[in-house]
Amino acid sequence: MSSLRGKVAIVGAADTRVGVVPDRTATELCIESVLLALADAGIGKDEVDGLVTCNSMAQPMLYHAEAIAEYLAITPRYCFAAGAGGGTTFSVLHHAASAILTGMAEVVVVAMADSLRSGLTRDQAMLMQSSTGHPQYEQPYGPTVPAYYALIAQAHMARYGTRPEHFAEIAVACRAHAARNPAAQMRESITVDDVLNSRMIADPLHLLDCSLVSDGGAAIILVAAERARAFRQSPVYVLGVGEGHGHEHISQAQDLTASAARESGQRAYAMAGLRPADMDFAQLYDCFTPTVLVELEDLGFCAKGEGGAFVSEAGIGPAGQLPVNTHGGLLSHCHPGNPGSMFALTESVWQLRHTAGERQVANARYGLLHAQGGIMSSHSTLILGREEG
Amino acid sequence: MERIQPASGALADAYIAGCRVGELRLQCCSRCGLHQFYPRIMCASCLSDELEWVAATGRGEIISFTVVRRPISKAYEAPYVVALIQLQEGPTLMSHVVDCAPEAVAVGLPVQVAFAPWSESVTLPVFTLDSQRGNSS
Repeated sequence: MSSLRGKVAIVGAADTRVGVVPDRTATELCIESVLLALADAGIGKDEVDGLVTCNSMAQPMLYHAEAIAEYLAITPRYCFAAGAGGGTTFSVLHHAASAILTGMAEVVVVAMADSLRSGLTRDQAMLMQSSTGHPQYEQPYGPTVPAYYALIAQAHMARYGTRPEHFAEIAVACRAHAARNPAAQMRESITVDDVLNSRMIADPLHLLDCSLVSDGGAAIILVAAERARAFRQSPVYVLGVGEGHGHEHISQAQDLTASAARESGQRAYAMAGLRPADMDFAQLYDCFTPTVLVELEDLGFCAKGEGGAFVSEAGIGPAGQLPVNTHGGLLSHCHPGNPGSMFALTESVWQLRHTAGERQVANARYGLLHAQGGIMSSHSTLILGREEG
Repeated sequence: MERIQPASGALADAYIAGCRVGELRLQCCSRCGLHQFYPRIMCASCLSDELEWVAATGRGEIISFTVVRRPISKAYEAPYVVALIQLQEGPTLMSHVVDCAPEAVAVGLPVQVAFAPWSESVTLPVFTLDSQRGNSS
């Protein structure tokens, strides 16, 4: 089987307004993201023959992608809605790239949106949170979503001496990136003390260790590399992609402090023929601060157990050794649920086009993107580049 | 308001029936000897369907925990400790650590099973710090 490396490219990328967007439903945000991405790529809707979405929690539909196609009045030959929680985005990229190479479609739009901030009733929000764990053996104990991730944080602290200050520094770094992004939901700078003094939600996680609840949508357009040069934007190439799926429920995890991000990352690096040190930036899934720390280790940016030291000493802010979440991440840019990593994807496209404005990483050539769903369960890693190889 | 009740099913019901009589039941594979939790229709290691319910010792160790400060609903009184307990037989399960100050809970501490009513018909396992083993180790 031949590798995907350099064979597909992103030729359009766009975000809707994010944060609090009460004047758009989740469906409308999804449609708007498609329209903006088509305009960015300079193509019409009838050139699209593949559409991938993820379902919305605020406006769920049995056939979500088909409903979006219908709304747009297009009739794609490749059309599905995917759901793997936060890991959906790059897993979908993997599938869509494969679909292009096997001739299932030529121009694939990946569009995801939701309105968790303005579109969910209290009961829907409650149901979403309480349905996260195992329905027989976890949910009765009333773990909240932050509590699941707190279990990972606490285990890491006990095993490696990681401190709440290390987690706090991740929130501070994401906010520093967001301060340079006019689109971000939260831009006011914060300090480690601000994080540590914010309300305790589930020990050791404070309010500012937790990501935002947002409205918003984003879309990208994927085509074969040989077609990509005909588009108006500089193409951004898919160089490596990999997945790893370890468990679903946290009580079944083989190891609380290491995840299938290791396998996911190794597969992506092997395909790209690149190493962690080659990456000019990384966008790491940050629903809660500890996930970033574990991902830094599992993706090989530092040794296992040294995530805290890496964050403190090498740095992941705008001036750090490895800028992480250059748009502000789920912690400070926006987090509308399952579409969350789409914003890491569009941001990476702009970074590799060198059009990211004040937050541009100088001479960025390669970027690594990582997403996870479940409770550090389902992982996908994507490596993008400015050139085909 | 009632706390979240476990979804029903033949295997879950057999497990909960054990809790009602003060037994923490695990499945043990007659072919390969594996103890497993949660209960399944087959052994997750060798795929045998010859599984027997056995009563666990109820002793285990806290491998991680958190103190939930904002409860999931009004039925839960915060703060409460949600923990992952590794049983002496091997499997890990989620539970509560009760009857102690949250500050007394730490990774690595030994715990002992207890049982708590969850509704009129459902009893679930919870754990208490095992001070005897805690002091001796």
